[in-house]
Amino acid sequence: MNREFYGKLIFELSRPGRSGFCITDNHLPAVEDALPATVLRQQPLELPEVDEPTVVRHYTNMSNNNFGVDTGFYPLGSCTMKYNPKINEEVASHRSFQNLHPDTPAEAVQGALKMYYDLQRALSEIGGMAEFTLNPYAGAHGELTGLMVIRAYHASRGDDGRVKVIVPDSAHGTNPASAAVAGLQIVEVKSRPDGTVDVDDLRPLLDDTVAAVMMTNPNTLGIFEKNIPEIARLVHEAGALLYYDGANLNPMLGVARPGDMGFDVMHINLHKTFSTPHGGGGPGAGPVGVRKGLEQFLPSPKVVKNEDGSFSLVTGEESLGKISSHLGNFGVEMRALAYILSLGKENLSKVGPLATLSANYIKESLKDKYLLPIEGVCKHEFVFDGLIDKSTGVTTLNIAKRLLDYGYHAPTIYFPLLFHESLMIEPTETESVDTLDAFIEVMRKIADEAVTDPEMVKTAPHNTPVARPDDTEAALHPIVKYERI
Amino acid sequence: MTHRYLPHTPADIDRMLARCGVSRLEDLYSDVPEELLFKGEYDLPSEMSERRVRDFFNELGSANRQLVCFAGNGFYDHDTPAAVSSIISRSEFLTAYTPYQPEISQGTLQYIFEYQTMMCRLTGLDVSNASMYDGTTATAEAMMMAVAHARKRNRVLVSATMRQGVTDVVATYARYHGVTIDIIPEKEGITDREALATMLAEGNVAGVIVAQRNRYGIIEDYTGYAELCKGAKALLIMNCIASDLAVLKTPAEWGADVAVGDAQSLGMPLSFGGPYLGFICCTNALIRKLPGRIVGQTKDSEGRRVFVLTLQAREQHIRREKATSNICSNQGLMALFVTVYLSLTGAEGLRRINAQGTNGAHYLARQLTSTGKVVLTYPDRPFLNEFCITTTAPAAEIIRVAMQQGILAGVALDEHRMTVAVTELQSKEDMDRLTEIVKAL
Repeated sequence: MNREFYGKLIFELSRPGRSGFCITDNHLPAVEDALPATVLRQQPLELPEVDEPTVVRHYTNMSNNNFGVDTGFYPLGSCTMKYNPKINEEVASHRSFQNLHPDTPAEAVQGALKMYYDLQRALSEIGGMAEFTLNPYAGAHGELTGLMVIRAYHASRGDDGRVKVIVPDSAHGTNPASAAVAGLQIVEVKSRPDGTVDVDDLRPLLDDTVAAVMMTNPNTLGIFEKNIPEIARLVHEAGALLYYDGANLNPMLGVARPGDMGFDVMHINLHKTFSTPHGGGGPGAGPVGVRKGLEQFLPSPKVVKNEDGSFSLVTGEESLGKISSHLGNFGVEMRALAYILSLGKENLSKVGPLATLSANYIKESLKDKYLLPIEGVCKHEFVFDGLIDKSTGVTTLNIAKRLLDYGYHAPTIYFPLLFHESLMIEPTETESVDTLDAFIEVMRKIADEAVTDPEMVKTAPHNTPVARPDDTEAALHPIVKYERI
Repeated sequence: MTHRYLPHTPADIDRMLARCGVSRLEDLYSDVPEELLFKGEYDLPSEMSERRVRDFFNELGSANRQLVCFAGNGFYDHDTPAAVSSIISRSEFLTAYTPYQPEISQGTLQYIFEYQTMMCRLTGLDVSNASMYDGTTATAEAMMMAVAHARKRNRVLVSATMRQGVTDVVATYARYHGVTIDIIPEKEGITDREALATMLAEGNVAGVIVAQRNRYGIIEDYTGYAELCKGAKALLIMNCIASDLAVLKTPAEWGADVAVGDAQSLGMPLSFGGPYLGFICCTNALIRKLPGRIVGQTKDSEGRRVFVLTLQAREQHIRREKATSNICSNQGLMALFVTVYLSLTGAEGLRRINAQGTNGAHYLARQLTSTGKVVLTYPDRPFLNEFCITTTAPAAEIIRVAMQQGILAGVALDEHRMTVAVTELQSKEDMDRLTEIVKAL
């Protein structure tokens, strides 16, 4: 393929008069004067004029410059880049769902409503919660929705002084940001060296101004919060609610349920634990579950099952309101249900242990070369603090870039912020031990290269479609759209 | 035999456990308190083969009725070109995550850059982000931008002519974000400009949100609005339907500071509410307040043009609670959808899609009103491909009866008013059939 040509911007492939478009004429009289001139566009619209074959080659060329889970191993920590089954794509593109207008009366969309209800019930069972809403569009959107539920709960009790959310300093950045958007103040609780919450640090922060404590369990270092029953007790004694960030739910499948751990509200990232594709950064889905007694605060609309087995949409009086146009990213929800059905209860229970096994296997195989700041068993992911041998000057960034040369996606780097050289690895349960072995071999090779040829590692990547970009220039002089010179 | 997605054989598991220095999988969870362990089995079905999964969804699908769609209300039944479906199914795009590693993510980064360019051209504004979840949340984000921009003022005005779905979501965000929403009254189907002037004069207004195409399908004239808002130092935020922007005066031409809306009208399947895509564009002056990801152009170390995520200092992973928004991702794949769609249609194709919908809607409006059973609610107001009718029979009744004959007649606004929309997909015969149904009522 001629990358020089097809790899241009689509605007540069445009030629006046070309088109990739067709339409079936409806043979109706043309209306010329539908609109007064005052509301008509003045500046002519410029979009590319390109034929269909060129459009297809252009985007296919671009896809060749991209790396997905189907391309290769993608151990991106905290993102749970598991395999995205093909049957999910097939069922989600079913015409009998794709053609449904969201405002269609319930009687004509019973299949769609049942799909929503079935997934809602399955997630409730897996989360150990009373009920889920599937309306939030993404993990961060789910966090925001969950915090709104918590505020609605306190408001319903006239408990209006609860304005704070306690978040561990190891939390994902979305936690404090979601709390701020929900109108809450953030109090950070310092974590111990292994990222877990220190109960003694938490205790004095808990008073009647705290609305919620947000936790990720296992935390962002892949460590299970052993003290969670104690934490839940303290949080509840203080009248606050405990929020579960489901970003790290994968290792808990088949092992423990957030509801049983004492969490009141949780979200799940369907694009992580339930195998829906990440799509280059969306669309995802962030369903929110609540324990019994909080269901009435969930956003509207809800899908309810009637006594005769039919399904209806309802808006509850105590509902926090609407947080999305309709019922969330419906197509994503369909994929998640297909995944749950494909695995079934037997195999869903294996997901957590196998994901955890894979992570520990990599950790144990590399800890003589890479600095493992926290000894012991991890869950689905773990963090190295760079190479053990720091004398070479090879950084985590260099290692990440060198991995690209070997055909792997890099792990998450420089997060969590607890270490200077964080390299966060999450293999997931869908990788075979042979894939893990090959990855381990490459990681060991890079550690050796750092000693034998550090310059080469520091200047990586060397065989990627493009070399290292100048980020500073991009931020200093932002060019955020194409303009003809 | 292992499950098709779980490649660990018993021998693999034993070997891996040995490396980990434990003998059983359970040992990997020895740190989980005994009382927390889930002992039973999930109350869920047993594993299904692909064929059974397919059957399951086929059966669900058969419980949905396939209807000729005259429903609009912000979401329209447009055609999806085969090339769009094909490109967005490419797994290099579909199964990638956020382009954190630009050297192996140029595909994603480049299409977002192209998307941003196209959205800027559609809205006329300077900057677009990489996309939002949907038009309602994009509008809520614009509200928060206005409040962040105004610093101390925390009142945002929303026109009564905004689609209810948008206002509802904005109101939810506002309630929790500490923003006061006041509704600008409507007058004869459009925003009451005099009322807006009065409300602005009352002070404390950070932003004004209006609809380019309003809840009745009416295209409103916003002459003078930008000046009114500027006088009060309030941002003018315009909610748009993306496909309208091919023909309508752009938000920039109206003097808006921020344009937001849904892009579903650019050929996205209705899919019972999503995934769609929300867009948000703004003037250069507001770029540091723009939420979400932005892709920028730069050079690589060999001097080639490349693309990267940029201006990340605004975002949640850096600023945490001080971020302009909590949004982390975008609707990545749907941004690719928009980009491929607009590359195929070009400006002329988009205009023709618009014209055909407009021709159809005006024909259908004439036919329906000729029955004597309905009238145009606002007969003197201009519309494109969607209009509002006032009905003699209850609107819900019209919709119910038409549905029995395979037609989704529109969306009821209240007991005796409904909106009806036409796109390039409904035929003259479909419209005549709907007319006969209404006539027979």
